[in-house]
Amino acid sequence: MKINNIGYLIKEGIRGIFLHGFMSFAAVCVTIACLLIVGSFSCLAYNFNIIVEDLNKTNEVMVYVDETLSDAQARSVGTRLNQVENIYNAQFVSREEALENFIADHEGDDAFVGVDAKDLRHRYVVTLEDNELIHQTVERIKKVEGVADVKANFELAEGFSALQNVLHVASIVVIAVLLMVSLLIISNTVKLAMYDRRDEIAIMKMVGATNGFIRLPFVVEGFTLGMVGAAISFGLMWLLYDWVVVQLDSVSTLKLLLSFVPFTELLVPMVVTFAAAGLFVGVIGSWTSIRKFMDV
Amino acid sequence: MIEFTNVTKSYSVGTKALKGVSMQIEDGEFAFLVGPSGSGKSTIIKLITGELKPTSGTVHVNGYSLERIRKREIPYMRRTVGVVFQDFRLIENKTVYDNVAFAMRVIGAREREIRDRVPYVLELVGLETKSRRHPGELSGGEQQRLAIARALVNNPSTIIADEPTGNLDPARSLEIMSLLQEINNLGTTMLVVTHERDLVERFPKRVIVIDNGLVVSDGMDGYYHYEDQ
Repeated sequence: MKINNIGYLIKEGIRGIFLHGFMSFAAVCVTIACLLIVGSFSCLAYNFNIIVEDLNKTNEVMVYVDETLSDAQARSVGTRLNQVENIYNAQFVSREEALENFIADHEGDDAFVGVDAKDLRHRYVVTLEDNELIHQTVERIKKVEGVADVKANFELAEGFSALQNVLHVASIVVIAVLLMVSLLIISNTVKLAMYDRRDEIAIMKMVGATNGFIRLPFVVEGFTLGMVGAAISFGLMWLLYDWVVVQLDSVSTLKLLLSFVPFTELLVPMVVTFAAAGLFVGVIGSWTSIRKFMDV
Repeated sequence: MIEFTNVTKSYSVGTKALKGVSMQIEDGEFAFLVGPSGSGKSTIIKLITGELKPTSGTVHVNGYSLERIRKREIPYMRRTVGVVFQDFRLIENKTVYDNVAFAMRVIGAREREIRDRVPYVLELVGLETKSRRHPGELSGGEQQRLAIARALVNNPSTIIADEPTGNLDPARSLEIMSLLQEINNLGTTMLVVTHERDLVERFPKRVIVIDNGLVVSDGMDGYYHYEDQ
């Protein structure tokens, strides 16, 4: 393929889009539908993952400070705790605050009447980065100087980890299946378009066109259609996402349970993913589909 | 030059289309290739255009050895051979001008060369006034002339015409054959595959008769020797 052909071939690719208007329309529609489905599921999976991660952080490990330490020494244990790997936050709760919390939590119950704060220990409420490592982290906390005892809800932590893992695997599997189905549908649409133009390709071959010369307009066409499909589906995705967020926010009970991140937070990964998907299905779809018709 | 030496061609279904064809068509020669349906004519054309490879024997076309040609060399070999088909094989959505210009673009010609050469070739085949029309707006004879213009535009050393008059009435057939002869007079090797005995008789040229995968007659006086035997 000579360099003075490039302009002509790009022009031919763009011309092909309008010349085969219906097939182009069908390819763009299929791309939009597929990317919308994959995009919606990815957004859902991303948000559910964040929700589970937030829930995960509510699982607290209670670290009791040795009662022989002074108040100042007890407070300095926090510095050492924060250096332990996998600790997200270690919040100091003095024995007085602990008693107040007990009384507040058990209002009307006389079990704590007459209890002296000195009977309790200073403590730290610790949240972890990754609950899957709770066992190792608790062992490390136990070794911290000034720590008397550690209480952790291992079952809850393991439950969260299992839920997170299931969600992770399920979202990868579903996204992979949806992507494969989308590619199959898009590649078949491109194949139909190619089939429609097999005579044209055969004529090109017969007059001595190289494979590159034949392919480039189709690839330009596929690239343009893929990018148009990606841009439209990205716009629709944004509108749909914002609409869902508004709907969730309008219902107060749902708002507490399902709080989605704003779309702007997903903007960069979404733009990159949609553009890459559009490019991939357009260029790879047309490149591979045309091979079948090149063997003349 | 086209040269077949003891060429056989078997298809995967077991059909033996050619059983040892040897022939040579010199540069600038005009030859008819005739024979009944299924005799092997189409296989010969496909071997010349590189669509098929011979099972055994050698095929040389304009300096290329087609039995061992590389895939990426085939387009360049095809540029030395213009092909005209019975069903014209024009691109319907391109104008007359673009159908011809397209063949030049394929070989990477510059726009200036295309602007100079295409009107000249269209004039040669008598379509200079119809350059903005589409193939569907032309008569059968005009479409075939357009196909000839496309085959001719890159100045190939050989033109293969596969039943070029098969879809035309006798008057148009004569016109097309005269045009092919004119092109041959300019130095282009011409191989015309046809069924039409009348045409062969009107143009006294070399006639290669093929039957059942073998060359059964090869004469210079324009008759179907094989049928006459």
